[in-house]
Amino acid sequence: MLDDFLLRAALAGLAVAVAAGPLGAFVVWRRMAYFGEATAHAAVLGVALALGFEISIFAGTLATALAMALAVLHLSGRGMAVDTALGVLAHGALAFGLVAVSFLHGVRVDLTAYLFGDILAVNRGELAVIWAGALAVVALLLWRWNALLTVTVSDDLATAAGLDPARERLVLTLALALVVAVALQVVGALLIVALLIVPAAAARPLARSPEGMALAASGIGALAAMGGLWGSMQFDTPAGPSIVVAATVLFGFSLLLPRQG
Amino acid sequence: MTDALIAAEGLAVSYGATPALHNVDFSVAPGEIVTLIGPNGSGKSTLVRALLGVVQPSAGRVTRRPGLRVGYVPQKLAVDARMPLTVARFLSLPVPQRGDEIAAMLARVGVAGLERRQMTGLSGGQFQRVLLARALLADPHLLILDEATQGLDQPGTAAFYELIAEVRRDTGAAILMVSHDLHVVMSASDRVVCLNGHVCCQGQPHVVTAAPEYRALFGLGTHGTMALYRHKHDHAHDACDHAAPEKEAADVG
Repeated sequence: MLDDFLLRAALAGLAVAVAAGPLGAFVVWRRMAYFGEATAHAAVLGVALALGFEISIFAGTLATALAMALAVLHLSGRGMAVDTALGVLAHGALAFGLVAVSFLHGVRVDLTAYLFGDILAVNRGELAVIWAGALAVVALLLWRWNALLTVTVSDDLATAAGLDPARERLVLTLALALVVAVALQVVGALLIVALLIVPAAAARPLARSPEGMALAASGIGALAAMGGLWGSMQFDTPAGPSIVVAATVLFGFSLLLPRQG
Repeated sequence: MTDALIAAEGLAVSYGATPALHNVDFSVAPGEIVTLIGPNGSGKSTLVRALLGVVQPSAGRVTRRPGLRVGYVPQKLAVDARMPLTVARFLSLPVPQRGDEIAAMLARVGVAGLERRQMTGLSGGQFQRVLLARALLADPHLLILDEATQGLDQPGTAAFYELIAEVRRDTGAAILMVSHDLHVVMSASDRVVCLNGHVCCQGQPHVVTAAPEYRALFGLGTHGTMALYRHKHDHAHDACDHAAPEKEAADVG
Protein backbone atom coordinates (compact mmCIF):
# COMPACT_ATOMS: atom_id res chain seq x y z
CA MET A 1 0.00 0.00 0.00
CA LEU A 2 2.95 2.28 0.69
CA ASP A 3 4.31 1.64 -2.80
CA ASP A 4 2.95 4.87 -4.17
CA PHE A 5 5.47 7.69 -3.73
CA LEU A 6 2.68 10.23 -3.52
CA LEU A 7 1.01 8.37 -0.65
CA ARG A 8 4.31 8.18 1.21
CA ALA A 9 4.84 11.89 0.62
CA ALA A 10 1.35 12.67 1.91
CA LEU A 11 1.89 10.58 5.05
CA ALA A 12 5.26 12.25 5.66
CA GLY A 13 3.68 15.69 5.31
CA LEU A 14 0.91 14.68 7.68
CA ALA A 15 3.43 13.51 10.30
CA VAL A 16 5.28 16.80 10.21
CA ALA A 17 2.01 18.76 10.42
CA VAL A 18 0.91 16.79 13.49
CA ALA A 19 4.14 17.59 15.35
CA ALA A 20 4.63 21.12 14.02
CA GLY A 21 1.13 22.27 15.07
CA PRO A 22 1.52 22.26 18.86
CA LEU A 23 5.25 23.07 18.76
CA GLY A 24 4.61 25.91 16.30
CA ALA A 25 2.06 27.35 18.72
CA PHE A 26 4.79 27.55 21.37
CA VAL A 27 7.21 29.07 18.86
CA VAL A 28 4.62 31.81 18.20
CA TRP A 29 3.71 32.36 21.88
CA ARG A 30 7.30 32.47 23.05
CA ARG A 31 8.67 34.40 20.06
CA MET A 32 11.11 31.63 19.23
CA ALA A 33 11.18 32.18 15.46
CA TYR A 34 14.87 33.09 15.36
CA PHE A 35 15.64 30.30 17.80
CA GLY A 36 13.96 27.96 15.33
CA GLU A 37 15.92 29.39 12.41
CA ALA A 38 19.24 28.86 14.17
CA THR A 39 18.31 25.28 15.03
CA ALA A 40 17.06 24.49 11.53
CA HIS A 41 20.08 26.01 9.81
CA ALA A 42 22.40 23.96 12.00
CA ALA A 43 20.84 20.92 10.35
CA VAL A 44 22.75 21.73 7.13
CA LEU A 45 25.98 21.39 9.07
CA GLY A 46 24.55 18.14 10.43
CA VAL A 47 24.05 16.86 6.90
CA ALA A 48 27.68 17.61 6.05
CA LEU A 49 28.93 15.88 9.18
CA ALA A 50 26.66 12.88 8.63
CA LEU A 51 27.92 12.46 5.06
CA GLY A 52 31.53 13.02 6.11
CA PHE A 53 31.41 10.47 8.93
CA GLU A 54 29.02 8.19 7.09
CA ILE A 55 26.35 8.10 9.76
CA SER A 56 22.61 8.47 9.19
CA ILE A 57 21.43 11.92 8.10
CA PHE A 58 18.68 11.83 10.74
CA ALA A 59 21.17 11.21 13.55
CA GLY A 60 23.55 13.86 12.21
CA THR A 61 20.92 16.58 11.91
CA LEU A 62 19.32 15.70 15.24
CA ALA A 63 22.70 15.94 16.98
CA THR A 64 23.74 19.28 15.46
CA ALA A 65 20.24 20.77 15.84
CA LEU A 66 20.22 19.76 19.49
CA ALA A 67 23.73 21.11 20.04
CA MET A 68 22.77 24.42 18.42
CA ALA A 69 19.51 24.68 20.36
CA LEU A 70 21.31 24.02 23.66
CA ALA A 71 23.97 26.62 22.78
CA VAL A 72 21.28 29.20 22.04
CA LEU A 73 19.43 28.30 25.25
CA HIS A 74 22.64 28.76 27.21
CA LEU A 75 23.42 32.12 25.60
CA SER A 76 19.92 33.51 26.11
CA GLY A 77 20.03 32.37 29.75
CA ARG A 78 23.12 34.53 30.27
CA GLY A 79 21.34 37.70 29.28
CA MET A 80 23.06 38.17 25.93
CA ALA A 81 21.36 40.44 23.44
CA VAL A 82 19.35 37.46 22.27
CA ASP A 83 18.21 38.85 18.97
CA THR A 84 21.72 39.62 17.76
CA ALA A 85 23.25 36.43 19.10
CA LEU A 86 20.55 34.37 17.40
CA GLY A 87 21.01 36.24 14.14
CA VAL A 88 24.73 35.49 14.21
CA LEU A 89 24.20 31.83 15.06
CA ALA A 90 21.35 31.27 12.59
CA HIS A 91 23.21 32.58 9.58
CA GLY A 92 26.62 31.44 10.75
CA ALA A 93 25.34 27.88 11.06
CA LEU A 94 23.91 27.97 7.56
CA ALA A 95 27.11 29.34 6.02
CA PHE A 96 29.30 26.87 7.92
CA GLY A 97 27.03 24.05 6.77
CA LEU A 98 27.21 25.08 3.12
CA VAL A 99 30.99 25.43 3.23
CA ALA A 100 31.35 22.11 5.05
CA VAL A 101 29.28 20.33 2.38
CA SER A 102 31.61 21.70 -0.33
CA PHE A 103 34.58 20.01 1.40
CA LEU A 104 33.02 16.59 0.88
CA HIS A 105 35.07 15.31 -2.05
CA GLY A 106 33.85 12.25 -3.80
CA VAL A 107 30.35 12.58 -2.42
CA ARG A 108 27.82 13.90 -4.83
CA VAL A 109 25.47 15.97 -2.66
CA ASP A 110 22.20 17.34 -3.90
CA LEU A 111 22.14 20.38 -1.68
CA THR A 112 18.71 21.49 -2.87
CA ALA A 113 17.19 18.40 -1.29
CA TYR A 114 18.43 19.47 2.13
CA LEU A 115 17.68 23.16 1.75
CA PHE A 116 14.19 22.81 0.29
CA GLY A 117 13.22 19.23 1.08
CA ASP A 118 12.71 16.17 -1.05
CA ILE A 119 9.39 14.85 0.19
CA LEU A 120 8.59 12.96 -3.01
CA ALA A 121 11.67 10.76 -2.50
CA VAL A 122 10.73 9.58 1.01
CA ASN A 123 11.09 5.79 1.24
CA ARG A 124 9.39 3.42 3.69
CA GLY A 125 12.20 3.40 6.22
CA GLU A 126 12.40 7.18 6.24
CA LEU A 127 8.63 7.42 6.59
CA ALA A 128 8.81 5.22 9.68
CA VAL A 129 11.54 7.42 11.19
CA ILE A 130 9.55 10.58 10.40
CA TRP A 131 6.41 9.24 12.09
CA ALA A 132 8.35 7.94 15.10
CA GLY A 133 10.00 11.36 15.54
CA ALA A 134 6.73 13.22 15.10
CA LEU A 135 4.91 11.03 17.62
CA ALA A 136 7.80 11.42 20.06
CA VAL A 137 7.42 15.21 19.81
CA VAL A 138 3.66 15.01 20.39
CA ALA A 139 4.13 12.67 23.36
CA LEU A 140 6.77 14.96 24.87
CA LEU A 141 4.56 18.03 24.52
CA LEU A 142 1.47 16.24 25.86
CA TRP A 143 3.40 15.00 28.88
CA ARG A 144 4.57 18.50 29.85
CA TRP A 145 1.59 20.42 28.40
CA ASN A 146 0.29 22.25 31.47
CA ALA A 147 3.78 22.97 32.76
CA LEU A 148 4.86 24.34 29.36
CA LEU A 149 1.81 26.59 29.18
CA THR A 150 2.39 27.90 32.71
CA VAL A 151 6.04 28.68 32.00
CA THR A 152 5.01 30.39 28.76
CA VAL A 153 2.52 32.61 30.63
CA SER A 154 5.00 33.50 33.37
CA ASP A 155 8.27 32.09 34.70
CA ASP A 156 7.52 33.52 38.14
CA LEU A 157 4.05 31.98 38.41
CA ALA A 158 5.49 28.68 37.29
CA THR A 159 8.28 28.84 39.89
CA ALA A 160 5.80 29.73 42.63
CA ALA A 161 3.77 26.67 41.59
CA GLY A 162 6.86 24.49 42.04
CA LEU A 163 7.83 24.14 38.38
CA ASP A 164 11.34 24.62 37.01
CA PRO A 165 11.24 26.97 33.98
CA ALA A 166 14.73 25.88 32.86
CA ARG A 167 13.59 22.27 32.65
CA GLU A 168 10.51 23.16 30.57
CA ARG A 169 12.65 25.25 28.20
CA LEU A 170 14.83 22.17 27.75
CA VAL A 171 11.74 20.13 26.80
CA LEU A 172 10.85 22.68 24.10
CA THR A 173 14.46 22.70 22.89
CA LEU A 174 14.48 18.93 22.54
CA ALA A 175 11.13 18.99 20.73
CA LEU A 176 12.43 21.65 18.35
CA ALA A 177 15.56 19.65 17.50
CA LEU A 178 13.42 16.56 16.86
CA VAL A 179 11.06 18.46 14.55
CA VAL A 180 14.01 19.88 12.62
CA ALA A 181 15.46 16.40 12.10
CA VAL A 182 12.06 15.04 11.09
CA ALA A 183 11.08 17.89 8.77
CA LEU A 184 14.41 18.24 6.98
CA GLN A 185 13.47 15.82 4.23
CA VAL A 186 9.91 17.18 3.99
CA VAL A 187 10.42 20.94 3.56
CA GLY A 188 14.17 21.40 3.96
CA ALA A 189 16.26 23.43 6.40
CA LEU A 190 15.28 26.82 5.00
CA LEU A 191 11.53 26.31 5.31
CA ILE A 192 11.14 24.31 8.53
CA VAL A 193 10.41 27.40 10.59
CA ALA A 194 7.74 28.44 8.09
CA LEU A 195 5.97 25.16 8.73
CA LEU A 196 6.10 25.91 12.46
CA ILE A 197 4.97 29.52 12.37
CA VAL A 198 2.60 29.87 9.43
CA PRO A 199 -0.01 27.24 10.45
CA ALA A 200 0.08 28.42 14.07
CA ALA A 201 -0.41 32.03 13.01
CA ALA A 202 -3.27 30.99 10.72
CA ALA A 203 -4.84 29.05 13.60
CA ARG A 204 -4.84 31.99 16.02
CA PRO A 205 -8.14 33.62 14.92
CA LEU A 206 -9.92 30.24 15.03
CA ALA A 207 -9.02 29.40 18.62
CA ARG A 208 -10.36 30.28 22.05
CA SER A 209 -7.88 28.15 23.98
CA PRO A 210 -4.20 27.13 23.68
CA GLU A 211 -5.29 23.55 22.94
CA GLY A 212 -7.64 24.75 20.21
CA MET A 213 -4.86 26.75 18.61
CA ALA A 214 -2.44 23.79 18.67
CA LEU A 215 -5.02 21.44 17.12
CA ALA A 216 -6.09 23.97 14.51
CA ALA A 217 -2.42 24.54 13.63
CA SER A 218 -1.97 20.80 13.02
CA GLY A 219 -5.13 20.74 10.90
CA ILE A 220 -4.03 23.72 8.83
CA GLY A 221 -0.55 22.20 8.48
CA ALA A 222 -2.06 18.95 7.22
CA LEU A 223 -4.29 20.82 4.79
CA ALA A 224 -1.27 22.78 3.54
CA ALA A 225 0.74 19.57 3.07
CA MET A 226 -2.05 18.01 1.00
CA GLY A 227 -2.72 21.20 -0.95
CA GLY A 228 0.99 21.76 -1.56
CA LEU A 229 1.50 18.21 -2.84
CA TRP A 230 -1.51 18.56 -5.11
CA GLY A 231 -0.23 21.89 -6.45
CA SER A 232 3.23 20.42 -6.89
CA MET A 233 1.79 17.61 -9.05
CA GLN A 234 -0.58 19.92 -10.89
CA PHE A 235 1.86 22.68 -11.76
CA ASP A 236 5.13 20.72 -11.60
CA THR A 237 6.53 22.92 -8.80
CA PRO A 238 8.95 21.88 -6.01
CA ALA A 239 6.95 20.12 -3.29
CA GLY A 240 8.46 21.65 -0.13
CA PRO A 241 8.04 25.29 -1.14
CA SER A 242 4.59 24.46 -2.55
CA ILE A 243 3.51 23.23 0.89
CA VAL A 244 4.66 26.47 2.48
CA VAL A 245 2.88 28.45 -0.26
CA ALA A 246 -0.33 26.56 0.54
CA ALA A 247 0.11 27.30 4.26
CA THR A 248 0.67 30.98 3.54
CA VAL A 249 -2.46 31.12 1.36
CA LEU A 250 -4.41 29.56 4.25
CA PHE A 251 -2.92 32.19 6.58
CA GLY A 252 -4.17 34.86 4.17
CA PHE A 253 -7.69 33.43 4.38
CA SER A 254 -7.48 33.31 8.19
CA LEU A 255 -7.00 37.07 8.27
CA LEU A 256 -10.49 37.45 6.82
CA LEU A 257 -12.09 35.48 9.66
CA PRO A 258 -13.55 37.16 12.75
CA ARG A 259 -11.45 36.44 15.82
CA GLN A 260 -12.95 33.89 18.21
CA GLY A 261 -11.04 34.84 21.32
CA MET B 1 12.17 31.77 63.69
CA THR B 2 11.88 28.00 63.75
CA ASP B 3 8.10 27.91 63.27
CA ALA B 4 8.15 30.46 60.44
CA LEU B 5 6.54 29.49 57.14
CA ILE B 6 9.34 31.10 55.23
CA ALA B 7 12.49 32.83 56.40
CA ALA B 8 15.47 34.62 54.96
CA GLU B 9 18.66 34.78 56.98
CA GLY B 10 21.52 37.10 56.13
CA LEU B 11 20.11 37.25 52.62
CA ALA B 12 22.02 39.11 49.90
CA VAL B 13 21.07 39.26 46.23
CA SER B 14 23.06 40.90 43.45
CA TYR B 15 22.24 41.45 39.80
CA GLY B 16 25.67 41.22 38.25
CA ALA B 17 27.78 43.72 40.12
CA THR B 18 24.76 45.63 41.40
CA PRO B 19 23.74 44.67 44.93
CA ALA B 20 19.96 44.68 45.40
CA LEU B 21 19.70 43.33 48.93
CA HIS B 22 22.20 42.81 51.70
CA ASN B 23 22.03 41.24 55.12
CA VAL B 24 18.26 40.83 55.19
CA ASP B 25 16.69 38.84 58.01
CA PHE B 26 13.02 38.35 57.35
CA SER B 27 10.35 35.82 58.16
CA VAL B 28 6.62 35.28 57.97
CA ALA B 29 4.83 33.31 60.70
CA PRO B 30 1.66 31.25 60.08
CA GLY B 31 -1.46 33.41 59.87
CA GLU B 32 0.49 36.67 59.97
CA ILE B 33 -0.18 39.64 57.68
CA VAL B 34 3.10 41.34 56.83
CA THR B 35 3.28 44.44 54.66
CA LEU B 36 6.58 45.14 52.95
CA ILE B 37 7.16 48.76 52.01
CA GLY B 38 10.08 50.70 50.57
CA PRO B 39 10.86 53.22 47.87
CA ASN B 40 11.40 52.26 44.23
CA GLY B 41 14.49 50.14 43.78
CA SER B 42 14.62 49.22 47.47
CA GLY B 43 14.59 45.50 46.66
CA LYS B 44 10.99 44.65 47.60
CA SER B 45 10.33 42.61 44.50
CA THR B 46 13.81 41.12 44.69
CA LEU B 47 13.09 39.90 48.22
CA VAL B 48 9.81 38.37 47.04
CA ARG B 49 11.53 36.71 44.09
CA ALA B 50 14.25 35.35 46.35
CA LEU B 51 11.61 33.98 48.73
CA LEU B 52 9.85 32.34 45.77
CA GLY B 53 13.12 30.86 44.52
CA VAL B 54 13.10 32.75 41.22
CA VAL B 55 16.41 34.49 41.98
CA GLN B 56 19.28 32.83 43.81
CA PRO B 57 20.83 34.54 46.84
CA SER B 58 24.47 35.55 46.55
CA ALA B 59 24.80 35.12 50.32
CA GLY B 60 22.64 33.89 53.16
CA ARG B 61 19.74 31.52 52.67
CA VAL B 62 16.02 31.14 52.34
CA THR B 63 14.27 28.37 54.23
CA ARG B 64 10.71 27.25 53.66
CA ARG B 65 8.63 25.01 55.83
CA PRO B 66 8.57 21.60 54.07
CA GLY B 67 5.46 21.20 51.92
CA LEU B 68 4.74 24.92 51.95
CA ARG B 69 2.13 25.96 49.40
CA VAL B 70 2.56 29.49 48.13
CA GLY B 71 -0.06 31.51 46.27
CA TYR B 72 1.58 34.29 44.30
CA VAL B 73 0.02 37.38 42.77
CA PRO B 74 2.70 39.06 40.63
CA GLN B 75 3.16 42.80 40.23
CA LYS B 76 2.31 42.61 36.59
CA LEU B 77 1.61 39.89 34.14
CA ALA B 78 1.42 40.42 30.42
CA VAL B 79 -0.67 37.73 28.79
CA ASP B 80 0.31 37.83 25.15
CA ALA B 81 -2.58 38.31 22.73
CA ARG B 82 -1.06 35.62 20.54
CA MET B 83 -2.09 33.02 23.08
CA PRO B 84 -5.84 32.53 23.31
CA LEU B 85 -6.51 31.95 26.99
CA THR B 86 -9.81 32.03 28.81
CA VAL B 87 -10.03 32.90 32.49
CA ALA B 88 -11.08 29.32 33.33
CA ARG B 89 -8.10 27.86 31.46
CA PHE B 90 -5.71 30.31 33.11
CA LEU B 91 -7.01 29.30 36.54
CA SER B 92 -6.25 25.67 35.69
CA LEU B 93 -2.54 26.31 35.09
CA PRO B 94 -0.66 24.25 36.00
CA VAL B 95 -3.10 22.34 38.23
CA PRO B 96 -6.47 21.44 36.65
CA GLN B 97 -9.39 22.80 38.69
CA ARG B 98 -13.02 21.71 38.69
CA GLY B 99 -15.50 24.01 36.96
CA ASP B 100 -17.63 24.54 40.06
CA GLU B 101 -14.56 25.42 42.14
CA ILE B 102 -13.48 27.97 39.55
CA ALA B 103 -16.96 29.51 39.51
CA ALA B 104 -17.08 29.67 43.32
CA MET B 105 -13.61 31.26 43.55
CA LEU B 106 -14.40 33.87 40.91
CA ALA B 107 -17.57 34.76 42.80
CA ARG B 108 -15.58 35.00 46.02
CA VAL B 109 -13.09 37.50 44.63
CA GLY B 110 -15.97 39.48 43.16
CA VAL B 111 -15.78 38.68 39.46
CA ALA B 112 -18.40 35.95 39.07
CA GLY B 113 -19.15 34.67 35.59
CA LEU B 114 -15.87 35.63 33.89
CA GLU B 115 -14.89 32.01 33.12
CA ARG B 116 -15.26 32.18 29.37
CA ARG B 117 -13.80 35.63 28.90
CA GLN B 118 -10.34 35.99 27.35
CA MET B 119 -7.56 37.10 29.72
CA THR B 120 -6.56 39.87 27.31
CA GLY B 121 -10.08 41.33 27.44
CA LEU B 122 -10.16 41.97 31.20
CA SER B 123 -9.96 45.36 32.86
CA GLY B 124 -7.11 46.07 35.29
CA GLY B 125 -9.26 45.43 38.35
CA GLN B 126 -10.74 42.22 36.94
CA PHE B 127 -7.28 40.99 36.00
CA GLN B 128 -5.94 41.51 39.55
CA ARG B 129 -8.91 39.65 41.01
CA VAL B 130 -8.44 36.75 38.59
CA LEU B 131 -4.75 36.60 39.62
CA LEU B 132 -5.88 36.51 43.25
CA ALA B 133 -8.39 33.74 42.45
CA ARG B 134 -5.61 31.72 40.84
CA ALA B 135 -3.37 32.15 43.89
CA LEU B 136 -6.21 31.16 46.25
CA LEU B 137 -7.12 28.04 44.23
CA ALA B 138 -3.72 26.64 45.25
CA ASP B 139 -5.09 26.59 48.83
CA PRO B 140 -1.94 28.38 50.00
CA HIS B 141 -0.37 28.51 53.45
CA LEU B 142 1.22 31.76 52.37
CA LEU B 143 -0.21 34.30 49.97
CA ILE B 144 2.31 36.70 48.41
CA LEU B 145 0.94 39.84 46.77
CA ASP B 146 3.44 42.04 44.94
CA GLU B 147 1.90 45.50 44.59
CA ALA B 148 -1.38 43.80 43.84
CA THR B 149 -3.38 47.02 44.22
CA GLN B 150 -1.41 48.81 41.54
CA GLY B 151 -3.81 50.39 39.10
CA LEU B 152 -6.74 50.23 41.52
CA ASP B 153 -8.35 53.43 42.79
CA GLN B 154 -8.86 54.02 46.49
CA PRO B 155 -12.25 52.34 46.83
CA GLY B 156 -10.88 49.49 44.71
CA THR B 157 -7.83 49.21 46.98
CA ALA B 158 -10.04 49.30 50.06
CA ALA B 159 -12.24 46.53 48.68
CA PHE B 160 -9.12 44.51 47.83
CA TYR B 161 -7.72 44.91 51.36
CA GLU B 162 -11.08 43.88 52.79
CA LEU B 163 -11.00 40.77 50.64
CA ILE B 164 -7.46 39.93 51.80
CA ALA B 165 -8.42 40.34 55.45
CA GLU B 166 -11.38 38.06 54.81
CA VAL B 167 -9.12 35.44 53.18
CA ARG B 168 -6.93 35.42 56.28
CA ARG B 169 -10.00 35.07 58.52
CA ASP B 170 -11.45 32.22 56.46
CA THR B 171 -8.35 30.22 55.53
CA GLY B 172 -5.81 31.21 58.16
CA ALA B 173 -3.26 31.79 55.39
CA ALA B 174 -0.34 34.06 56.14
CA ILE B 175 -0.13 37.08 53.86
CA LEU B 176 2.92 38.92 52.60
CA MET B 177 1.90 42.10 50.86
CA VAL B 178 4.28 44.37 49.00
CA SER B 179 3.28 48.02 48.70
CA HIS B 180 5.03 50.91 47.06
CA ASP B 181 3.18 53.33 49.30
CA LEU B 182 5.50 54.23 52.15
CA HIS B 183 2.87 55.48 54.55
CA VAL B 184 -0.57 54.15 53.77
CA VAL B 185 -0.84 50.41 54.40
CA MET B 186 -3.47 47.80 55.05
CA SER B 187 -4.78 48.34 58.58
CA ALA B 188 -5.03 44.59 59.22
CA SER B 189 -1.21 44.27 58.89
CA ASP B 190 0.29 42.67 61.97
CA ARG B 191 3.68 43.99 61.00
CA VAL B 192 5.04 46.52 58.54
CA VAL B 193 8.59 46.01 57.30
CA CYS B 194 10.36 48.92 55.65
CA LEU B 195 13.05 47.88 53.20
CA ASN B 196 15.77 49.85 51.50
CA GLY B 197 18.42 47.35 50.43
CA HIS B 198 18.16 46.04 53.97
CA VAL B 199 15.49 46.10 56.67
CA CYS B 200 15.30 49.76 57.77
CA CYS B 201 12.65 49.45 60.41
CA GLN B 202 9.58 47.47 61.28
CA GLY B 203 6.54 47.87 63.47
CA GLN B 204 2.81 48.00 63.64
CA PRO B 205 0.64 50.23 61.53
CA HIS B 206 -1.29 53.07 63.08
CA VAL B 207 -4.96 52.66 62.68
CA VAL B 208 -6.31 56.01 61.74
CA THR B 209 -9.11 57.25 63.89
CA ALA B 210 -11.95 59.39 62.75
CA ALA B 211 -9.80 62.49 62.27
CA PRO B 212 -11.40 64.51 59.49
CA GLU B 213 -8.08 65.23 57.80
CA TYR B 214 -7.57 61.51 57.25
CA ARG B 215 -11.11 61.02 56.11
CA ALA B 216 -10.30 63.66 53.55
CA LEU B 217 -7.00 61.98 52.65
CA PHE B 218 -8.31 58.42 52.25
CA GLY B 219 -11.74 59.30 50.96
CA LEU B 220 -14.96 57.77 52.13
CA GLY B 221 -15.93 54.15 51.86
CA THR B 222 -12.57 52.62 52.69
CA HIS B 223 -14.19 50.98 55.72
CA GLY B 224 -11.13 51.45 57.88
CA THR B 225 -9.06 49.09 55.76
CA MET B 226 -6.20 51.56 55.40
CA ALA B 227 -3.81 52.71 58.07
CA LEU B 228 -0.64 54.75 58.47
CA TYR B 229 2.80 53.42 59.15
CA ARG B 230 5.11 55.55 61.25
CA HIS B 231 8.79 54.99 60.40
CA LYS B 232 10.95 54.71 63.48
CA HIS B 233 14.53 54.06 62.55
CA ASP B 234 16.77 52.66 65.23
CA HIS B 235 19.76 53.74 63.19
CA ALA B 236 20.44 56.79 61.11
CA HIS B 237 21.99 56.98 57.68
CA ASP B 238 21.22 58.41 54.30
CA ALA B 239 19.78 55.23 52.87
CA CYS B 240 16.61 55.62 54.91
CA ASP B 241 15.86 59.27 54.38
CA HIS B 242 12.61 58.41 52.61
CA ALA B 243 10.73 58.70 55.89
CA ALA B 244 10.65 62.48 55.87
CA PRO B 245 6.88 62.77 56.39
CA GLU B 246 7.32 60.90 59.68
CA LYS B 247 6.96 64.09 61.65
CA GLU B 248 3.76 64.91 59.88
CA ALA B 249 2.38 61.45 60.54
CA ALA B 250 3.50 61.58 64.15
CA ASP B 251 1.66 64.81 64.70
CA VAL B 252 -1.66 63.16 64.12
CA GLY B 253 -0.85 59.58 65.14
